[in-house]
Amino acid sequence: MDSNAASADSIYVPDAVQTAAKILVVGHFAVGKTTLIGTLSEIAPLRTEEKMTQAAAHVDDLRGAPDKKTTTVALDFGRLTLSDELVLYLFGTPGQQRFMQLWEDMARGALGALLLVDPSRLAETFPVIDLIEKYGLEFAIAVNSFDARSRYAEEELREALDLLPHTPVVYCDARDQHSSAQALITLIQHLLARAS
Amino acid sequence: MTAPGEEQPVTSGFIRSYVITNGRDLPDADGFSLVTLVTIAPDREPPARLSPELRSVWDLCSGGYLSVAEVAARLELPVGVVRLLLTDLADQGHLLRRAAPPPAQLVDRKILKEVLHGLQRRFG
Repeated sequence: MDSNAASADSIYVPDAVQTAAKILVVGHFAVGKTTLIGTLSEIAPLRTEEKMTQAAAHVDDLRGAPDKKTTTVALDFGRLTLSDELVLYLFGTPGQQRFMQLWEDMARGALGALLLVDPSRLAETFPVIDLIEKYGLEFAIAVNSFDARSRYAEEELREALDLLPHTPVVYCDARDQHSSAQALITLIQHLLARAS
Repeated sequence: MTAPGEEQPVTSGFIRSYVITNGRDLPDADGFSLVTLVTIAPDREPPARLSPELRSVWDLCSGGYLSVAEVAARLELPVGVVRLLLTDLADQGHLLRRAAPPPAQLVDRKILKEVLHGLQRRFG
């Protein structure tokens, strides 16, 4: 593909690049985060692992200390070289509440978040919105609508998700490059409007 | 005597990380965020005795800039372990890095505009 030509011959970021920006692609399990990242990325999406310590809900009476265990979270991500000086990384970030420590790390330095929503599983999006708000991320909603029949009207969706009027809602197909890019562009335009 | 559960297998991933780091605590993300770009400084010779993992980081990072996340993914090592290995190389003066925007900084309109124009150029 034409737009990928710049980096097709190398896994490396061009030498002149000074800035690496980060956007989170968030949403519940199996909503299409990795698909969207793969659709937009110039490199085959990569997977890395972060280890996190999480405090379990109960306290171990024998030791009198919170029972901590280490879990591994897989992060899928992709890259877009956007100019001679700028690359953008898209990080898929799982939306479960138990990944809060991960969110703290991921949110730091992120420009914002694209929240993928499956209209047939709206309730699973609520905890993800809670996390977004907890970490103060600006976001836009991308409704991943594989099936036009399951489309909610935008007003219904806004009401169901209790969105603020300025939060953008776009419909997209995470498998389609143009459509996914439009969703990302909508997010950036929103971020610019909010930053002024 | 062996208590029940004591012989449960420890995952190979755990042993591997532990050996690579010599059991040292993993550094926090401050020095190397996921999108910090790193490369081996030009004209550097690898130290004579590099562990296999440091050698693999050296070889990968000698070719140009990559983000910390990419180094970890391409070497199939946990990010925390890669941060530690990169810290070792940085302490010895072998590493160049281009930092991501500092965390406390308000999102920069200039960066947002560059991202927007880049996306529109690429996909518009």
